[in-house]
Amino acid sequence: MNKHFLGDTAVLLGRSLRHIARSPDTIITTVITPIAMLLLFVYVLGGAIQAGTGSYVNYLLPGILIITIASGISYTAYRLFTDRQGGIFERFQSMPIARAAVLWAHVLTSLVANLISVVVVVLVALAMGFRSGAGVLDWLAVAGILVLFTLALTWLAVIPGLAASSVDGASAFAYPLIFLPFISSAFVPTASMPGPVRAFAENQPVTSIVNTLRALFTEQPVGTGIWTALAWCAGLLVVAVTFAGTTYRRRVS
Amino acid sequence: MLPCMNTSPATDRAEGAVIHVRGLEKSYKELKVLRGVDVDVARGSIFALLGSNGAGKTTLVRILSTLLKADGGRAEVNGFDVTTRAADVRESISLTGQFAAVDEILTGRENLTLVARLRHLKDAGPIADRLLRRFSLTDAGGRRVATYSGGMRRRLDIAMSLIGDPPVIFLDEPTTGLDPEARLEVWSAVQELAAGGTTVLLTTQYLDEAEHLADRIAILHEGRIIVNGTLAELKRLLPPAKVEYVEKQPTLEDVFLSLVGEQR
Repeated sequence: MNKHFLGDTAVLLGRSLRHIARSPDTIITTVITPIAMLLLFVYVLGGAIQAGTGSYVNYLLPGILIITIASGISYTAYRLFTDRQGGIFERFQSMPIARAAVLWAHVLTSLVANLISVVVVVLVALAMGFRSGAGVLDWLAVAGILVLFTLALTWLAVIPGLAASSVDGASAFAYPLIFLPFISSAFVPTASMPGPVRAFAENQPVTSIVNTLRALFTEQPVGTGIWTALAWCAGLLVVAVTFAGTTYRRRVS
Repeated sequence: MLPCMNTSPATDRAEGAVIHVRGLEKSYKELKVLRGVDVDVARGSIFALLGSNGAGKTTLVRILSTLLKADGGRAEVNGFDVTTRAADVRESISLTGQFAAVDEILTGRENLTLVARLRHLKDAGPIADRLLRRFSLTDAGGRRVATYSGGMRRRLDIAMSLIGDPPVIFLDEPTTGLDPEARLEVWSAVQELAAGGTTVLLTTQYLDEAEHLADRIAILHEGRIIVNGTLAELKRLLPPAKVEYVEKQPTLEDVFLSLVGEQR
């Protein structure tokens, strides 16, 4: 590892965080859709949804958090694309810095921005009556899973950020990610779905993650589901980092 | 066809060359952009690379600044091979690309401190303030770059390239899209640099720019350097000038600059 890696990453992270501080609209646009969905599903549709015995907002929040992150990470693709477009990406590349630092700074920025978004959404949910008896360890486990999930999706977002030839192309990949929670246990139990849909829903990553978060919030045993969730996140992370690295090396050679 | 005027032997490195290129080739798919470029640039000189759009100027600069790998041939900058010693090359150079590579959301001063920190220098703040003064940007230093004019951006861009005093600076079409005044400002900045001992390789499509600034001029045409010499040497390639008496008309540039200059 380059001896300047940590220092360079810190400097570039400071730069990107300043971007966020100066245009907080990236946080606002990230949280507005999940909050609207919370309101819509809890106060409009929720009354007609049969999802367990507790209050619907308790059932809903884990899926909403996944949607928040899935929409938040597309800004990483956007920021990377803008850097490439403006030429500052090449300036960094021609400087004596650790090359990986350029990507890591964007990834860590995404982590910070998504963490802020998640906290905002959780606060709104609390105001709407979300309650959890989860202890410190449970909350830490929730945070850990969300961090891992954010890292995996952000590295996925790095790929179009490096490869896209238009700004629309750079952010369009996030739409299927935002849609994935709808065909999962995020809004309604999978048991209510017809055969093939149910098979898909029960075997895609969002369901295992959402179920694990829900179990942690409601102090239920997480069972083996947590390992499935962690395996999905870790697997996705490894694949995304590998492809992002390949794309990056192709870009800079 | 003009004769090749490389004064140095084609195989050996010229004495004191800080940029040394031999037989450099690069293709994009079927399109051969560089077809064996040979060039040497002496330390502390301003070297202008002329060529029309698509002649391969930017490709050559990108290879020399380690952003692109050549398909064949050799290139050394400051004694380091651009492929095997890329990190050392990056330590020795600064690149100012065709489009001002500045961060729009940061202020001018923050852009400068950012580069100073990335070059691992202490006292990033004082370095930034000195450069702001030198490029007449002190008043604008606290403003976001998004509010800057094209000329101010270019000046900031060049100021960012000077941080850390790299011995070699690449300026890729530094005055494209600038108004005449901003152009003169860039020219004087380039001349100052060379006076301080920095080697400047600049690409341009403006012949007067090369004529005004460069110690040596090379013309890149269809992927090869077809001529390389001083302005006087280049002029001798054509038949001697005939003496004619012509009334000297001011150029539009003279008119523009004198009018605008008076109002300042």
